[in-house]
Amino acid sequence: MQLFWEVTQKLLSGFGLTCLLFILTLVLSLPLGLVFAFGSMSRTKPLRYLTRGFVYIIRGTPLLLQLMIVVYLPGIAFKMPITKWGIFGGNVELAYFCGALAAFVINYACYFSEIYRGGIENIPKGQYEAGQVLGMTRRQIFFKVVLLQVVKNILAPISNETITLVKDTALARCVAVAEIFFEANELLSLKNIIWPLFYTGAFYLVFNSLLTVLFNRLEKKLSYFRS
Amino acid sequence: MPVLEVRNIRKSFGKTEVLKGISFSLEKGEVLAVIGSSGSGKTTLLRCLNFLETPDGGSFSVGGKILFDASDKRKKRDEEIRAARLHFGLVFQSFNLFPQYTVFKNVTLAPELAAKTKFSRSSAKYREELESIRSRAHALIARVGLSEKEGAYPCELSGGQQQRVAIARALAQSPDILCFDEPTSALDPELTGEVLRVIKGLKSGDSTMVVVTHEMEFARSVADRVIFMADGRIEEQGTPEQVFGDPQSPKTKAFLAKSLEKI
Repeated sequence: MQLFWEVTQKLLSGFGLTCLLFILTLVLSLPLGLVFAFGSMSRTKPLRYLTRGFVYIIRGTPLLLQLMIVVYLPGIAFKMPITKWGIFGGNVELAYFCGALAAFVINYACYFSEIYRGGIENIPKGQYEAGQVLGMTRRQIFFKVVLLQVVKNILAPISNETITLVKDTALARCVAVAEIFFEANELLSLKNIIWPLFYTGAFYLVFNSLLTVLFNRLEKKLSYFRS
Repeated sequence: MPVLEVRNIRKSFGKTEVLKGISFSLEKGEVLAVIGSSGSGKTTLLRCLNFLETPDGGSFSVGGKILFDASDKRKKRDEEIRAARLHFGLVFQSFNLFPQYTVFKNVTLAPELAAKTKFSRSSAKYREELESIRSRAHALIARVGLSEKEGAYPCELSGGQQQRVAIARALAQSPDILCFDEPTSALDPELTGEVLRVIKGLKSGDSTMVVVTHEMEFARSVADRVIFMADGRIEEQGTPEQVFGDPQSPKTKAFLAKSLEKI
């Protein structure tokens, strides 16, 4: 029993970092995804192709590889390891965490951007035209007419991605971020106990259950209208 | 002086010439019905007037003020186009109500946004303007007979009711000319009557209207003038009595014979 509490405490401390990584990734990648979505729908051809090419590469390569590139490439290729960057003030853990966060944000922003693009392009042309003939500006049409309909359209795919993100954070272990999976792994190698590894599943499951409840509520909240 | 004057409007999509020089004028308070078979360019004409399409040639003016002139190659700014648009209102075939807003909010949204950009939000002028927008909206919704549905969402309304809301929404901008693009084509037959009655009711309120329609009986009874379009041209125009009672062009005769044919 003593051991169980010790393990739980250790995993909980790792889970704190998991949650932090998850929340920061979500908060940063959701708006960045919108920027990418606008880029990939831009009327300026070079911008459109550049954004689409970037999204294509990010979506076509493993997240794990991207994590390693962001965290290790500066050190290998330019002799500027991120752990030595001034902004991190010599804090190695912070440097690794921020590197991982950057990779997660870019990766998820690309996925979100495609979801946004689908949601935006699905809005009937008539909605824009109705706004136009009523003398509304493009900005007003987007924010007052289209946006909420897009949100409703994309809620299901976004909730899917969000739940995937919770589990993907486990990859951060590979770039030395001491999240929950990292902690469980350490218990395995230092104390030779394997069950904490399986125990982590409960943490992910509970967290994702909360998210599912939250998304169901949002969906209900938006069920008062049909596009 | 005519309120609307359209001169030689032309429009092509790719190689297809949809409008081959349309000219007509409309007096204040007049109702113009535009009839013709599908693909004759009726809808494109309305879309050109509402700046949803840019004509390749020609011009039109409202109240003597030129709103569009194809020979003027200067690129128009967004605000100019928006200001010009407000002279026209458009009721779509597919209603295009905003699904996330109530009936009332659908009617007030655009005027309220315009007021927000015009006045500072804390000013007394702004509150006054809001007050008048809202009381106007109540009146317009009552006029289309939907007062008890003000708080309903579009998905809770029948097609006919949705179209009546769309009419109130267009009227809220007090357009000089209200355009209807086949307002009953997307409706079940038993729902067309209520919409047509509302449009008929507007006639007494001296609104100037352009109605593209397939409802020949309606065109005949409501319109002051009728234009029959075929292949992007005005084939025939005149009073309903002239066009329906004594058509001159063989194309008009053939079209009317077909449309009035009872099965």
